[in-house]
Amino acid sequence: MDVNDPVVALDHVHKKYGSFTAVHEANFSIGRGEFFAMLGPSGCGKTTTLKMIAGFEQPTSGRVLLEGQDVSQVPPHKRNVNTVFQQYALFPHMSVFDNVAFGPRSKKLSDSEVKKRVTEMLHVVRLDEFSERKPAQLSGGQQQRVALARALVNLPSALLLDEPLAALDLKLREAMQIELKRIQREVGITFVFVTHDQGEALTMSDRIAVMSEGRVEQVGTPENIYARPESLFVAGFIGSANLLPGVIASSGGELVVELQGGNKIAVLANNVAPGASHETGGRVTVMLRPEQISLGQQGDITVRVTDSVFQGSSVRVVGRMNDNTEITALVSVDPSHKTPAPGDNLYMSWHPQAPYVLDGWPDTAGSNSTNVDSIEATL
Amino acid sequence: MTAAQAPRQAMGRKIVNAIASLGMLYLFAPIVVIVLFSFNQPKGKFNIVWQGFTLDNWRRPFAVPELTDALLVSLKVAFFSTLIATILGTMIALALSRYKFRGNGAINLFLVLPLTSPEVVLGSSLATLFISRGVDFGYVTVVIAHVMFQVSFVAVTLRARIRGFDWTLEQAAMDLGASPQRAFWRITFPLILPGITAAALLSFALSIDDFIITFFNAGSLVTFPLQIFGASRVAIPPQINVLATMLLLGSVLLMVGGVILESRKQRKTLAVTKTRK
Repeated sequence: MDVNDPVVALDHVHKKYGSFTAVHEANFSIGRGEFFAMLGPSGCGKTTTLKMIAGFEQPTSGRVLLEGQDVSQVPPHKRNVNTVFQQYALFPHMSVFDNVAFGPRSKKLSDSEVKKRVTEMLHVVRLDEFSERKPAQLSGGQQQRVALARALVNLPSALLLDEPLAALDLKLREAMQIELKRIQREVGITFVFVTHDQGEALTMSDRIAVMSEGRVEQVGTPENIYARPESLFVAGFIGSANLLPGVIASSGGELVVELQGGNKIAVLANNVAPGASHETGGRVTVMLRPEQISLGQQGDITVRVTDSVFQGSSVRVVGRMNDNTEITALVSVDPSHKTPAPGDNLYMSWHPQAPYVLDGWPDTAGSNSTNVDSIEATL
Repeated sequence: MTAAQAPRQAMGRKIVNAIASLGMLYLFAPIVVIVLFSFNQPKGKFNIVWQGFTLDNWRRPFAVPELTDALLVSLKVAFFSTLIATILGTMIALALSRYKFRGNGAINLFLVLPLTSPEVVLGSSLATLFISRGVDFGYVTVVIAHVMFQVSFVAVTLRARIRGFDWTLEQAAMDLGASPQRAFWRITFPLILPGITAAALLSFALSIDDFIITFFNAGSLVTFPLQIFGASRVAIPPQINVLATMLLLGSVLLMVGGVILESRKQRKTLAVTKTRK
C-alpha cells in the first residue's frame, strides 16, 4: 500500500444534475493497494463519485485520473476498473464460470488463458466447487463472492464496491468484512468501497473519505478521522460524540472554553481542529467521546445521572449538566465501584488530552439537527 | 373440519368441477367441430352437416387451389410483417422501458391507439391514405397494414414482460469490458428472448387471423380469411377445415415445444444442484 503512488485521483471533480450539485469539488487520490472507503449518509454523493470513477457518469468539470491518465471521457468498457454492484448484477442465464469468464472473454483472451484465470480466481474466493451452478442456486454470500471474482479476474487497477455488504444479514456481513480484507491482501488490488455504515468503514479501511451533501469533509485514516475530525459533521457522524458548544474564555498555550452553563473545559493547543477559532470570544464546540469520560467523586463538572444502561462490558450513562445539556459517558464495569444510577450526582473527569475543539456551534453550522440525529442513531 | 362439513366440501368441489368443464366445453367445442368436420364427407358444396367419416380430405388437403394459394399468401404476409413488427416493436419496448425521455408519454398513448381503435376505422383510413398517395394495393400495403397493429402489440406485450428488468446487468457487462453491442447481444437479448418469441408468435397469429384491416388494403390480393369469406357464399369445402386444423396443429406444436424446452432446461439445472450437493 502506497499513498504516494495514486491509482485513482480526483482533480477538482464537480458533478451537477441540472441545478443540483451532487458532488462539489472532490479532490483526493487513492494510493496503490489501499483499502479506501467513501463514507457518508445517503445522498451525500459517494455513489455518484464511484460512478464517475467507473465511467457511468461524467464529471461536469474537473478530471478523473486513472494510473495518471485522464479518463474523464472514457466509456466504462475502456477503463481498467471493475465494479461490484450493490445487488451484484450477476448474469442469471450464465453459470458461475461463465459469469467470471465474461470479462476475460470480452478482452478476447484465449480459451486456455480464460480457464486458467477463472479457475484461479474461483479458488481465491473459495467457490471452486460451484463453477457449474447458476447464480440463483447460490446463497447471498456466495453470490457476493462470484461478483468479486468476476470483477477481480480482470486484474483491474482498482476494484469499486458499491455498498457491497448492504444486502447481507448481520452475521454474514461480519464474516464478509473479514473475507473482503483477506481477498484484498491476497490479490493486492486497490479497493474503493462505498458505505453508509461508519462501523464498517472504520474496521475495514486504510483510509476514509467522509462525505456530506456533495462535499468531501475529510480524508484520513480511521484513527485520524475518529480522534481529530475536521468538521462538526465528521465529529457527529463517526462514532458517537458529546458536542458541547461554548466560547473561548482564554487562549495562549491551552484554550479554555466556557460552556453555556458556565462550566469551563481546558483544551490542549494541539487539540484544535484546523480552522477553529483561537481568539477569546470565538465560538467553538468541544468534542468529548463517551469512552473518554470518567465519572467519580472528583472533577470540575457535575452531572446528574438520568439513565444508565448496562451493555455487558460497559455501562452507558446518560446525564445532564447544570444547564441541562445532555451528556453521555461509557464507563467500564468495575466491581469495586457502584454502577452510576439515575439520580446520582457525580463529577466528570477526563485525560487532559481528551477534549478536542472544533470551529463553530452545531446551530451556526446549520447542521445541528443532522448531528443530533446521527449521535442518537449511533448511540 | 367436522364430519358434516366434509361431504359438503366434496359436493362443492363437484359443482366447481362441473362449471369448469362447461367453461372448457364452451371454449373448445368450436375447435373440436373444426377438426371433426375435416373428416366429414359432405354431399354438395357445403361442409356443414355431418355425413360420414372419410380420410379423403386429408389425402388431398390442397385440392382447392384458390384456398391453398390464399393460405400461402397469408403465411408469407405473416412472416414478413411479424419479422418487421418484432424488430421495431422490440426496439420501441426497449427504448420505453430503459430511457426517460421527452415524449415518452405521447409514445405510450400512440402505442395503444392501434390496439384500442376499431379495426374498421384503422383499415379504412389507412386505405384512404394509400389511395391518396397513389400506392397500389397488394403485398406491400397488406404487410404495412399488419405491421401497423403488430408493432403496437409486440411493443406493449414485450414492455410488460421486461418491466423490472435489471438494467445494471448491462452496466455490469460494460464494466467488465464489453462494448455496448456485446453487452446487448450477450446479456440483454438472451434474457428478453423468451418475451420477444412469445410476442412474435402471438402477433404472427394476429396477422394470419386479420380480416377487416386486410380487407380494406388488399386490393386483388387474397389472404386466407378473405378467401374463406368470399367463397363461403358459394362453397365451403372440407379443405378449409383441413388447412385450419393444420394451422392449429402447428401452433399447438410450437407451444408444446416451448414448454418442453423450458422444463428440460429446468431439469438440467436441478440435476446440477443435486449432484453438487
